Amino acid sequence: MVKYTHIFKKIRYFVIEIGALTYFGIRYFKALFKPPFEFKELLRQCYQIGYKSLFLVSLTGFIIGLVLTLQTRPTLLEFGAVSWMPAMVGVSIIREIGPMITALVCAGKIGSSIGAELGSMRVTEQIDAMEVSGTNPFKYLVVTRVLAITLMLPLLVIIADFLALYGSFLVEHFKGNVSLQLYFNEVIEALKFEDTFPATIKSFFFGFTIGLVGCYKGFYSKKGTEGVGYAANSAVVLSSILLFIIDFIAVFITDIFF
Amino acid sequence: MKNQLSKYSEVIEIKGLHKSFGNNAVLNGFNLTLKQEEILVIMGKSGSGKSVMIKTLVGLIEPDKGAIWVMGKDISILTEEVLDNLRADIGFLFQGSALYDSMTVRENLEFPLRRHTEKISKNVDIKALVIEALTDVGLADTIDLMPSELSGGMKRRVALARALILKPKIILYDEPTSGLDPITSKEIIILMKEIQQKYNTSSLIITHDVDCARAISDRMILLIDGINYANGSYEELIQSNDPKVKAFFKH
Repeated sequence: MVKYTHIFKKIRYFVIEIGALTYFGIRYFKALFKPPFEFKELLRQCYQIGYKSLFLVSLTGFIIGLVLTLQTRPTLLEFGAVSWMPAMVGVSIIREIGPMITALVCAGKIGSSIGAELGSMRVTEQIDAMEVSGTNPFKYLVVTRVLAITLMLPLLVIIADFLALYGSFLVEHFKGNVSLQLYFNEVIEALKFEDTFPATIKSFFFGFTIGLVGCYKGFYSKKGTEGVGYAANSAVVLSSILLFIIDFIAVFITDIFF
Repeated sequence: MKNQLSKYSEVIEIKGLHKSFGNNAVLNGFNLTLKQEEILVIMGKSGSGKSVMIKTLVGLIEPDKGAIWVMGKDISILTEEVLDNLRADIGFLFQGSALYDSMTVRENLEFPLRRHTEKISKNVDIKALVIEALTDVGLADTIDLMPSELSGGMKRRVALARALILKPKIILYDEPTSGLDPITSKEIIILMKEIQQKYNTSSLIITHDVDCARAISDRMILLIDGINYANGSYEELIQSNDPKVKAFFKH
């Protein structure tokens, strides 16, 4: 009985959290289209979020491509289907692995950093100071960050996808003597509109979720420095859970329409 | 209407302020008036609701009950835009300085000017304004430093310069000497006096530092049990026979 009470409490907490996050999201959209617009801060955040995550995302994508090909190759070789490798890797990277891995990496790097940064600003009264100075901290801190990551994540996904495919090509090149042109021709031939379009749309939602959760956790951070750590940690946990839920919904919807 | 207050005998007036957090009633009908160019010190123990009270004045915390007029305007009925404009006339020095740690000292001081450009003439050089405010606090040479490169006392001075940049009519100080060594505290008190004389501001100071209160106050209010328990000059309060007032100064 005690065990069930604990589970119900957890579910209740999760539902309340989603409700509060939804309200936060509505506030974001209301603020997004209302002037003044913080273009300078948006550009700064795009640089911070996009450019400064580029190395990690690129490295992760490249290694995923290498590993996926190395792991799959023996099985395909056994069935005499190694020529399917570019198509198989291409479709799986573009449709699922690229967006999901990039989003999870960004949830860890960007989501936690936003949660900690805003949490620290809340604890040290910097957000209050902003409000007192007549600047809307929600517009300046939240809208710019959420919009920046929503715009940057699809770009990071494209770069990660390309590098993953390049990693896969390197394995095929050294083990199967496949040329770059042949490899990428095979990949492009295998890809259809229903592989690329939903994945791109999904990436925008992933970015929006990571930004919104990070900002929500940081903006309402409590309990001093302990709260900063909690905000960073819970931003990663909640956004990772939501990423999988959104991914499932996206696959479900794609399955209906395509 | 209280609009006549803009002729200012009183720049801040609080009546019957109540605020609770759960079952903890912090303010139980607090009253206050701050007159033009007056230095009013609110004293009370930690957790007595001083910071809560000062934050209700600028709309950072919403009171449960009571009325607050700032320069003749009832802040409970102001739109966000009007409240933001009113805030331009109020400087706020936060307890921990609250400098934006991702910005340089210059950017910290320029930040309030972004929103309140109407307060500065088009011909005014923003850099000159920043340097003037920093010179007033004796830190003109720190303009390109980051807050992390400053000592606690320097941070407090820069925060004071930021509070002054819009030439406010009222300055609210939340524990201005807290966490500082006695010498730096004295320097900050002297600085507050100089600023008062130069800018002719009204000042509301929240503190539990008796030395600070004695050195700077025109009038003091003791905040005990969520109300303005005692009111008067430092000399009047120190000679009070009320047991709670005596107990406060004894500590």
